[in-house]
Amino acid sequence: MSYQYLLLLLLSLGVSAVEVQRPRGVPLSKRQFYEEGKPFTCLDGSRTIPFDRVNDDYCDCEDGSDEPGTAACPNGSFHCTNAGFRPAFIPSSRINDGICDCCDTTDEYNSGAACQNTCRELGSKEREIMKEMAEIAKEGFLLKQQLIQEAKSGLEEKKAKLAEVQVSKKDLEDKLEALRTVKETAEQPEKEAKERHLKAWEGKLKFESLSTFTIIISNADIPAPVETPQEETREPVPENDSEQYPEEDIPEEEEDDDEEDEDEDPDDGDYKVSPVRISIRFMKDDHEFLFNLDLHFVCRNLEKEISFDFGPGAEFAYLYGQCYELSTSEYIYRLCPFNRVSQKPKYGGSETNLGSWGKWTGPEDNVYSLMKYEHGTGCWQGPNRSTTVKLTCGKETVVLSTSEPSRCEYLMEFTTPAVCQEPQSLYPDAHDHTEL
Amino acid sequence: MASVLLLWLAVCLSGTWAVDKGNFKTCDQSAFCKRQRALKPGESPYRALLETMELTNTRLTLQLINDNNKVRLLLELYRLQGNITRVKINELKPLKPRYEVPDVLIREPPTEPLSLLSQDENGVVLSLGAESQRVIVSARPFRLDIMEGRDVLMSLNSRGLLAFEHLRMRSFEPLRSKEEEEKVEDGMWEESFKSHADSKPSGPSAVSLDFSLPGVEHVYGIPEHADTLRLKTTDNGDPYRLYNLDVFQYELYNPMALYGAVPVMLAHNAQRTTGIFWLNAAETWVDISSNTAGKTVFGKMLDYVQGSSETPQTDVRWISESGIIDVFIMLGPTPKDIFSQYASLTGTQSFPPLSALAYHQCRWNYNDQKDVQEVDAGFDEHDIPYDFIWLDIEHTDGKRYFTWDPHKFASPKEMLQGLVEKKRKMVAIVDPHIKVDSNYKIHNEIRSKGFYIKNKDGGDYEGWCWPGSAGYPDFTRADMRAWWASMFAYDQYEGSMENLYTWNDMNEPSVFNGPEVTMHKDAMHGAWEHRDVHNLYGFYVQMATAEGLIQRSGGVERPFVLTRAFFAGSQRYGAVWTGDNAAEWDHLKISIPMCLSLGLVGISFCGADVGGFFKSPSTELLVRWYQTGAYQPFFRAHAHLDTPRREPWLFGPENTALIREAVRQRYTLLPYWYQQFYQAHQTGEPIMRPLWVEYPQDPATFAIDDEFLIGRDLLVHPVTEEGARGVTAYLPGKDELWFDVHTFQKHNGAQNLYIPVTMSSIPVFQRGGSIIPRKLRVRRSSTCMEHDPYTLYVALNPQRTAEGELYIDDGHTFNYEKKEFILRKLSFTKNILSSVNMAPDAQFSTRSWIERIIILGASKPSKVTLKTAGGQESQVEFEFDASMSVLTLRKPGMNAGVDWSVTLQ
Repeated sequence: MSYQYLLLLLLSLGVSAVEVQRPRGVPLSKRQFYEEGKPFTCLDGSRTIPFDRVNDDYCDCEDGSDEPGTAACPNGSFHCTNAGFRPAFIPSSRINDGICDCCDTTDEYNSGAACQNTCRELGSKEREIMKEMAEIAKEGFLLKQQLIQEAKSGLEEKKAKLAEVQVSKKDLEDKLEALRTVKETAEQPEKEAKERHLKAWEGKLKFESLSTFTIIISNADIPAPVETPQEETREPVPENDSEQYPEEDIPEEEEDDDEEDEDEDPDDGDYKVSPVRISIRFMKDDHEFLFNLDLHFVCRNLEKEISFDFGPGAEFAYLYGQCYELSTSEYIYRLCPFNRVSQKPKYGGSETNLGSWGKWTGPEDNVYSLMKYEHGTGCWQGPNRSTTVKLTCGKETVVLSTSEPSRCEYLMEFTTPAVCQEPQSLYPDAHDHTEL
Repeated sequence: MASVLLLWLAVCLSGTWAVDKGNFKTCDQSAFCKRQRALKPGESPYRALLETMELTNTRLTLQLINDNNKVRLLLELYRLQGNITRVKINELKPLKPRYEVPDVLIREPPTEPLSLLSQDENGVVLSLGAESQRVIVSARPFRLDIMEGRDVLMSLNSRGLLAFEHLRMRSFEPLRSKEEEEKVEDGMWEESFKSHADSKPSGPSAVSLDFSLPGVEHVYGIPEHADTLRLKTTDNGDPYRLYNLDVFQYELYNPMALYGAVPVMLAHNAQRTTGIFWLNAAETWVDISSNTAGKTVFGKMLDYVQGSSETPQTDVRWISESGIIDVFIMLGPTPKDIFSQYASLTGTQSFPPLSALAYHQCRWNYNDQKDVQEVDAGFDEHDIPYDFIWLDIEHTDGKRYFTWDPHKFASPKEMLQGLVEKKRKMVAIVDPHIKVDSNYKIHNEIRSKGFYIKNKDGGDYEGWCWPGSAGYPDFTRADMRAWWASMFAYDQYEGSMENLYTWNDMNEPSVFNGPEVTMHKDAMHGAWEHRDVHNLYGFYVQMATAEGLIQRSGGVERPFVLTRAFFAGSQRYGAVWTGDNAAEWDHLKISIPMCLSLGLVGISFCGADVGGFFKSPSTELLVRWYQTGAYQPFFRAHAHLDTPRREPWLFGPENTALIREAVRQRYTLLPYWYQQFYQAHQTGEPIMRPLWVEYPQDPATFAIDDEFLIGRDLLVHPVTEEGARGVTAYLPGKDELWFDVHTFQKHNGAQNLYIPVTMSSIPVFQRGGSIIPRKLRVRRSSTCMEHDPYTLYVALNPQRTAEGELYIDDGHTFNYEKKEFILRKLSFTKNILSSVNMAPDAQFSTRSWIERIIILGASKPSKVTLKTAGGQESQVEFEFDASMSVLTLRKPGMNAGVDWSVTLQ
């Protein structure tokens, strides 16, 4: 309908002198399919209609392509040029519905809605935001490179440590084997006498061994995080025991106290305690398996940290062992990446586990944008609490917000440089801006 | 011991989701019910004193005497206009007045003259107007028989179960009285249930009466129960109970009371439909028995062959705790006569704003303004239309209704304005329990005005509900209701705007720490006990709220108020829903009979929580529920606080698409829904109706409750079975044709049709002979579609005719009452489709036009000509699909409000 052209043309004159003639709602890229005066073939090829049925407010094509500028087709889309801002497609159903969708007002040409052209405003606002974001991204990306470097060297260090421990473990195991032979030979005569005391011993030994195991961890020169990751301490505990987190700290503390009572225990401050010495002591007690377990533990702990998926360049490794807090009017939320999320009432009350580290759950093309923490404290008649952490690029590492969209399913927004992309990639469609 | 523990655990675990039946009374635990039910059929002690008979032009009065205790009753009998007989029985001289239900009848029903046909010492015969109907009053024992010709339509007290506990003084002496019948039984002067005592200061006051329905095997109605459409006999269990209760996790297929009560029963056989309206607001139990109930199909056949069958008969008995007997006997004879008779007494369905018929998105709770904004944006992002977003109790400042949480909803007007800009609306909850808090304006005003219900000792009644300790305003008081209504004024209800509407929940009333989770029966409403008015409370709450919404707009705008509790007449004030259901397949299925039962007793605007309130639905169940809900009158998704989110786009793109399609189908049909509501508002006919209402002579339809009709012309058999590969729908009417609305496939009536289904299937059929208007341009809200053009679906019957209507008005004001609307009659006959003005005195103009006409079951014309009012003629292009016999007329283009005709040649 030619008057629509005219209208479009008239409207466009004010905006731009280089408006290209095409039916209302057609993007420039599809202009060639709509040739004035020539029969129009639906873009799906299903049928051909006279050109005057294009935009005649009746849907002839199943794919909606004959009505790019009216609301006649249920599945059509309308293209707004939005000069000064970003072009967009909107569903045909939003044409002339009285609501301004296109910032250039072109979607409301016959509804009486008083739309203002806001494209320039939006454009400049967007550019400003883009600029800001680009700056953040730029700095963030630099930080990310540093993080990757640090992670790299950290990882190497840990790998070396692991190798070292593995060697010494092997070494010890060999020595142990040798000693056992010696011991068994030596102790054979004493065995009967010893068995008389064994039961009494065992109770005590278990205690001792546990405490020793703690010391080994702290003395083994593992770069211990501020908070011991939960998995480590949980190791001896049955896996299904998921709600017990806060209580798990308690046995350890008790053991620490016990240690001081033990005369023959190594000094807490002695970082040079040789695992060998301990192993020998254990040998005397006939509990070499405990010693082995300890070293296994050291290894596994290191192996675990090394095996964590800290991102393609291990850029998230720096978060390991850290915790970040956000205080709201009611609660203090605490995110310990790769470990757990918790919530504590500000004014008294116990902490609630909102989930332990589960996995990365971002979409396929951006897996590292979401973290999932699962199996937190159970809800009455509901699921166990869980938290999704949404990561966005920022110069700083901060928890921005928390919410609970569904009961017991939390959402946390978290900024970190580790997700910052290289700045150029922020303008994938920069050229589209200048369609006119 | 271990096994006991196990058993206990098993009980606890299995009981997790079921109702705790122990919280609610059985008949045996309700003293009056037990007492009354202990009376067995037999010779009635009541005798009519014919010498006391007085017959005026409008009524007959007559005294009855109980020969056991000599207490006299007064019987009043009225013939009402429209084939209704009213029977009232009260004590002749009660110690103090007994409660008579006010405000439910829309007016004092107009009477017709009664005339005496004959009289002797055994009784009198009165004529009930022209239709050879008579009522026979037998004196000893007293009974009433309503006859037409030689058929007894209904008998009262034929089984001798009339019982009227007269008011009496309490005697504390051990009574060795001459009147042994009056011995004091347990539960007469006080009773207790669990830890709750009921002081019963008036003593026993129950009333009861039996009705016999010869020839009737199917009775319906008396909602609200989570049960089949066809009521069951109650001989082997409890009677159906009517007592508005907040039942936590209600159980299906039993006669337990639920949130609302409408004491109306319909009785139907292939010849006639009758109805009983028992106007009593106290706790009521209804017993149903039938002489054919126990018989197998074979047994019935044997009876038939041997000719030995007695006439089938259903016997019904109503028992109420207090008040009087005031019963309206509606004599039909057709189902539609019953609807109009009942409507003449209690009014019709309110005519809601058009947008209220669209899709509603609810959840306990949308957490804050940001949440609301994001959900709103989510609908646009996924291109799913919706009209209303709802806020449950958490939106308030500490469960103080009429307020907003200052942090989460700091700027409600801003939020509402955001919705205005999308042409969408909001509903916020306002419950009747009021937080006892001296810093709360609403509480202070109610207290200072003395508007609270009082406890038996005269203090303000306090109960426990969402806010903690709460008072309950006395909505039975007109001055209280007027004040409540004034609280909805824009300057009183801070943060409210024109697009904010109201939801009344918990209005049974729910009292967490009360007996059966409701109010103590000895609480006082002025001179009346709560016992007398209980089932009316929710009715009054919604009445006052709807009045508030009308007043705030200066009487211009139609209100929209949803209520959980209801009574007879509640249809006048808005919508009801079936309360706190669960995300289970059986709950989806029961939504059909529950809403059908409500429709039969006038309450058409009914829906169930889509998805199920408690628990989390499987994706399949959620999709099926959307598909079902899209074809039920009130279409709202709702979910419990403890359930995971379930906005339509959270289940993967395929399911989002399925839900989008279901919601879009609803929106395309809005013109038809709106027209149905207009009709219901005029006539009182149900919108969602059982098949037997339209096919009253086809017994195959009498028990169907897995499919239903919308109006006359759409038949819906939703898929309500998990993993269904197909459904079998009964298509009624041996002369009917039914067209699948999706494929246009034609089917004959009077057959069981197997329909294979996939996840996208919603089996819906349009009746041949009907014309249905749709708007196919689905937009983001119904208001956005206001001016859009119509597509007319003309489905031809075997005679190649069809007719329908098109109703258009502004969609939201009362101006239709001032004749500002368009009502067109559309008819297709002799190859001419025409639009004729059915309301020449009405005036309205629309921008909408006719964009397409689809004629189903047509043959190919050579030429199609459109004629408009001015006599102008033009050719209309068309397409013909020979395989399905579908003729599509392309863009005839005439305005929807004018005269036109289209001729096929």
